[in-house]
Amino acid sequence: MKSVLELQNAKAAALKKVVLRKGKAVLDKNVTSDYKYTVLVCGGTGCTSSHSPEIVEKLKSEIKAQGAEKDVQVIMTGCFGLCALGPIMIVYPEGCFYSMVDINNIPRIVSEHLVGGKPVASLLYDETVGADGEIKPLNETDFYKKQIRVALRNCGVIDPEDIEEYYAMDGYAALAKVLTEYTPEDVIKVITDSGLRGRGGGGFPTGRKWALTAPNKADQKYVVCNADEGDPGAFMDRSVLEGDPHCLIEAMAIAGYAIGATKGYVYVRAEYPIAVNRLQKAIDDARAAGILGKNIFGSDFAFDLEIRLGAGAFVCGEETALMTSIEGNRGEPRPRPPYPAVKGLYGRPTVENNVETFANVPQIILNGAAWFAGMSTEKSKGTKVFALGGKIKHTGLVEIPMGTTLREIIDEIGGGIPNGKHFKAAQTGGPSGGCIPASLIDTAVDYDNLISLGCMMGSGGLIVMDEDTCMVDMAKFFLEFTVDESCGKCTPCRVGTRRLLEILEKITAGKGTLEDLDTLEALCVYIKENSLCGLGQTAPNPVLSTLKFFRDEYVAHVVDKVCPAGVCKSMTNFVIDKDKCIGCGKCAKNCPADAIFKTDYVAPGHKLPSYEIDKNKCIKCGACVAGCKFGAISKK
Amino acid sequence: MLKKMSNLPFNGTKEQEEKLLAVIAENKHDKSRLMAVMQEAQGIYGYLPLEVQKMIADGMEVSLEKVYGVATFYAQFSLAPQGQYHISVCLGTACYVKGAGLLYDKLQQLLGIGGDECTPDRKFSLTACRCIGACGLAPVLTVNEEVYGRLSENDVEGILAKCE
Repeated sequence: MKSVLELQNAKAAALKKVVLRKGKAVLDKNVTSDYKYTVLVCGGTGCTSSHSPEIVEKLKSEIKAQGAEKDVQVIMTGCFGLCALGPIMIVYPEGCFYSMVDINNIPRIVSEHLVGGKPVASLLYDETVGADGEIKPLNETDFYKKQIRVALRNCGVIDPEDIEEYYAMDGYAALAKVLTEYTPEDVIKVITDSGLRGRGGGGFPTGRKWALTAPNKADQKYVVCNADEGDPGAFMDRSVLEGDPHCLIEAMAIAGYAIGATKGYVYVRAEYPIAVNRLQKAIDDARAAGILGKNIFGSDFAFDLEIRLGAGAFVCGEETALMTSIEGNRGEPRPRPPYPAVKGLYGRPTVENNVETFANVPQIILNGAAWFAGMSTEKSKGTKVFALGGKIKHTGLVEIPMGTTLREIIDEIGGGIPNGKHFKAAQTGGPSGGCIPASLIDTAVDYDNLISLGCMMGSGGLIVMDEDTCMVDMAKFFLEFTVDESCGKCTPCRVGTRRLLEILEKITAGKGTLEDLDTLEALCVYIKENSLCGLGQTAPNPVLSTLKFFRDEYVAHVVDKVCPAGVCKSMTNFVIDKDKCIGCGKCAKNCPADAIFKTDYVAPGHKLPSYEIDKNKCIKCGACVAGCKFGAISKK
Repeated sequence: MLKKMSNLPFNGTKEQEEKLLAVIAENKHDKSRLMAVMQEAQGIYGYLPLEVQKMIADGMEVSLEKVYGVATFYAQFSLAPQGQYHISVCLGTACYVKGAGLLYDKLQQLLGIGGDECTPDRKFSLTACRCIGACGLAPVLTVNEEVYGRLSENDVEGILAKCE
C-alpha cells in the first residue's frame, strides 16, 4: 500500500464481499453482493474440535450438487463466542443461527434454506425462534444482547484468512490515519486519554507504557505481543488471533510508530496451531500488500513482524520472562529495574502488550478516546472479554462493558447454572486470582473492585463453580499448578508454594489442624511480599481469597474432618439408600474393590434385596455412583 | 517442573538425522532460534532424548547444559518417547472443574502407566496438558490430533478401544 487512496479503493472493492453480513445500511447503499446467501461456519478451536471443517466441506459439496454454487458463499470465520453450542453456523442475510450442527442435516439445510429459501426452524438455536415461529437475529438473544464487541468485533464475522474482508471492515484505516495525520506523540496521547489498561494481567495503563518507552534512544526498539495465554480457562487471545489476525498486525504497527520501533515479535503458544497458521498467513499477506515492510502508506515508517512459538511455560506470560524466552533461553524473569521500557528484549527499549489490549487500539484511533472512555466505570475504561467456563450453561467468550455486574454475566449472559444447581463462587484471574462468593454476586466487575476483593482481572478467565466444587480442593488445584510452573529462580516462590501445597494436601487428606490455617495465611503473605515476579507475588491469591470467603469450609475440613462438597476423597463416604436401591447389582459389578455386597433387606415395592458398601474396602473411586441409574448412591 | 528421562532405547534413523541437520543449518546463524530448532527436532523424533539434545548442542554451538536446561524448562518438550497413540488430558481449570482429573486417573489405571510415560510396546503414551483452549467442550482430551470433548469417565474405555 503506497497511499491512503489505494487502501480506500481496496476497501470499496471488498465491500460487496461482506455486505450480506453487515447490511446495506451499515456499509454503502450502492453495494450489492454477488451472492444470495452467505454462510458463516465457526472455525475456532472449539468448533474445529467438533468437526466444523468437515461441515464446511459437506456444505460446499452439497451446494454444488444442488446447483447453488453461484448463489451461496461459504466462509470459515473465527470464534462466535457461544462455544457451548458448537459447531455453529450462521446464514445471512437473515442471520439464522444453526447450533450444534449435525453433518447429516446439511443436505436438508441446503435444499430447504439455501435453495428453497425457507430456514429450517427445527434446527435453529431454540432461543432464536419465537413461539409464533418468528426468527430472531442472534444479537437479540440473552447471550449476545448485553455484549459490546470492540476487541472481538470481527471475530465470527469475517474470513480471517482474507485480507480484503479486513479492508472492508475499515481494516488498516487506523494505521493509515496515524501515519498520515498523527505524530507519534499524538498517538500516545489518544491511547492515554482513552484510559486503555493492559488486558493481560496487571492492568497497567497502556498509554503510559508507550510514553515511557518512546523517549528512550537506541539503535533498535521492539514491540512485543504477548500471546502466551497461560491462564488455563481463558482463550480470548486465541480467538482474536484465529478470528481477526490482521487487527493485531495493525495495532502492533501503530505501537511501533508511536514508540519508534521497526521490529515486532508475537510470542504465541505452540498449543494454538490454528492461531499460529492464521497469523502467519496474515503476516505474509500484509507483507505482500505492502502494509508490513518499508515506506508503509508512502511514509518513512518501516515495520515488520516475526512469530516466536512458546513451549508451554506459564511464567512466560510475565513480560521479562517472555523476553528471555524469545532470546532462546529458559524463560526466567529478570529483576526490575531496569524496566523493559529501558532495557527489554535483547537489552533494547521494548513495549509489550497482550493480544486483547492491542485489539482495542485500531478502534480507539478510529473512534476517538472519548468514545472508548464512555463505556466504563471511573477507573476502568472500555470493554473486557471474559471466557466463561465451568458450571455455566453458555460456556464461551463474551465481551462486555467494564462495570457489568457478576449477576448479569452469570445469570443473564451465561444462562445460569445447569442441572438445577446453585451458584457458589466465580473464580477470576486464574492461578493468580481469587474467588468471588455468591454473596457478592452484585459486584460490578472492573479492575479495582476485583483487586479490593483479593481477586484480579487477569486475562479474563471466569470459571463458575456450583455447590459440588470444594474450595479447598480448588486452592490445592491452583497451587499444584503454580508449583509446577514456578521457574525456580527465587526461593520464596520455588520453596514457598511447595510448602503451601503440602499444607493444603494435609488438609484435604483430613489431617489438618486449625493451626495450619494460620501458617497458611502467614506463608501466603510472605510469598506475596518477597517473590521476584508476578507469578510468585500472586500465587497465594487463590488460597488467601478462599480462606477469606470460605473459611468455614476450611474449618469443616480440619475440625469436623468433613468435605462439605464431597470432593476430598479421604473424607468422603459413599452410601447406598436402601429404599431407593432396586437390587440390580450393577454397582457391585462396577466396583473395582469388591466393596459392595448384597443385604437381606428388600425395600417395599421392590423385588430384589438392596446392596450396601463396605466402608473399609471402599477406595472411593465413584464408579458406583456413575453407574447407578436410580440415584440410589450418594456421597456423604 | 520435574521431568522423567525415559529408559527406552533410542532408535533414531539416518533419515531423521539428516532432517535435523538441515533444520540446524537453517537456524544456526541466530542462537535465539534454539527453541525453534528444538521444537522442529521434537517434530522429527517425537521426543528429545539425550542423543538428539547432543546433536542440537553441537550443531547450534551451545552447551548441552543449555539445551537440557531449555528442554526441562518448557512443558512442551518431552524426554520420553510418544506412543503410536499419544493421549493428552487437559487439566486446565475449566476441564478440571468438570472432572478431567477423573479421566486422567482412569486412563492411568487402564493403561497401567503414569503421567508422561509410554507403554513398553510404545502403543500408548499419556500426559496431562494445560488448556488447549477448547474450554467450551470441557472436559477434553486429545489422541494425537483428534479432540474428544464433553466426556465422562465412562467414555474413556471406548476411546481406547478405537485406537486399534
